[in-house]
Amino acid sequence: MSAMETAGIEPGFRDPVFDSQHTFRCILDAFGYVGRAQVLSRANTRIGPLDPATIAVCLTLTDFETPIWLDPVADSKPVRDFLAFHCGVTVTSAEASSFAIVGNPASMPRLDQFALGTDLEPQCSTTLVIQVPAFDGGPLVRLRGPGIQSDISLAIPSLPSWFWEDWQANHELYPIGVDVLFTCGSSVLALPRSVSVEV
Amino acid sequence: MTANQEGAARGGRRSAYNFAYLDEQSKRMIRRCILKAMAVPGFQVPFGSREMPLAYGWGTGGIQLTASIIGPDDRLKVIDQGADDATNAVSIRRFFKKVTGVETTEQTSAATIIQTRHRVPETALEERQILIYQVPSPEPLKRLEPREAETRKMHAYGEYGLMSVQLYEDISRFGHIATTNSYPVMTNERYLMSPSPIPKFDNPKLGKNPAIQLFGAGREKRIYAVPPYTQVRSLDFDDHPFKVQRWTQSCSLCGATESYLDEILMDDKGQRMFVCSDTDYCATRKESQQASSNDGTSGSPAHPSREAEKGPNS
Ligand SMILES: [Zn+2]
Repeated sequence: MSAMETAGIEPGFRDPVFDSQHTFRCILDAFGYVGRAQVLSRANTRIGPLDPATIAVCLTLTDFETPIWLDPVADSKPVRDFLAFHCGVTVTSAEASSFAIVGNPASMPRLDQFALGTDLEPQCSTTLVIQVPAFDGGPLVRLRGPGIQSDISLAIPSLPSWFWEDWQANHELYPIGVDVLFTCGSSVLALPRSVSVEV
Repeated sequence: MTANQEGAARGGRRSAYNFAYLDEQSKRMIRRCILKAMAVPGFQVPFGSREMPLAYGWGTGGIQLTASIIGPDDRLKVIDQGADDATNAVSIRRFFKKVTGVETTEQTSAATIIQTRHRVPETALEERQILIYQVPSPEPLKRLEPREAETRKMHAYGEYGLMSVQLYEDISRFGHIATTNSYPVMTNERYLMSPSPIPKFDNPKLGKNPAIQLFGAGREKRIYAVPPYTQVRSLDFDDHPFKVQRWTQSCSLCGATESYLDEILMDDKGQRMFVCSDTDYCATRKESQQASSNDGTSGSPAHPSREAEKGPNS
């Protein structure tokens, strides 16, 4: 990328080493304490339609080893330029992606359109980063599984009507399957494949 | 930046290391593997193990995990067979002090990250604490099937019949299951897992623990995890239920009857005593006993050093 092209690119983390460490720990807590939102206090950059949490997750976890898929809302020149410059990622198809960035959940592909991994390599599946307008106010579901003491309810709005049905089908493939990180503003909330849902 | 971060950044420059030694690319790769391990409890995620300035057998798997998660605001505790003052623990603690500048502690309840070999602390862990196990041998099926390609398939298809056969052979030979360390567990009712060489006494602490438990094997290049509140079941049979070790003695220093005891040789005449393996637990109990008895004399014996017994992993 030439100097002229990088001129308009927003800065990433203020301190890449410490901010990505801090953000990772919040994401780890999100995977450890499922259904509970974690605030990414180092998330500070919004790019186009993408919230600071969505961008912070990309800055923390993606690089040239993790091809990503962008949905039509996320897929814009500022987002592509930013991720290419700061993370060195390449953009790929949904089924070949390590991470998938969903800016508009209402029109997202069905969960089985992403990489699901295999019995021998369940780790080779897509992590979906789904940006939502809020973590509450949507239809109520009940989650159970590792990371949850007994059960926890969740009411994420703006998901497609098929989402929880697909999620249960994803869970039934366990240990194969996708993992989800919901993002909103500066917060994240994880939904690992080990978790089952009751609508 | 917090004051700690500035100190850590300065320390990093002075010693010409990256913060926490690993480069950012390696940390990112390991962090991604940790999240996969959290999503599939008990599954061994392969990772690109990096060269560390300590030899394999000195906990390089655990060190890489700690290096990938630690930040300037953490308080690190390192134990080896329960002791903060064992050689392995001291050198790892010194390493992280040098490459991160973080605060270290011996107090289980004050630590945010605890790196351990061979024990789970007696003091119950809390949410958001992270327990990192140094694992010399991550494969629970290795004794039964030395070929890695085969054990991977057995995990993939949940073919664990051999393990039960092995345990049952124990019972028919010895009348009970003879395995006392690395006693195999079933994690989240899906993956057979080796809980590193902890004594089976500690197995019940693995399940439904509020803390995050991460396991790192450097030589074998595997990371696995037990997220908080995950079901972990020690393998057993209806007619031979799982039992932990019990001692008829109590700790000679603090009187504990519920902790894991080490037998210490006191002199060359064969005199022995039993003391808690967890030195922080033992010291904390002794302190509170002294405070409540209010006698103030300093006559109580110090924890004997067991340095010599704590060499590197095989
Ligand atoms: Zn004691």
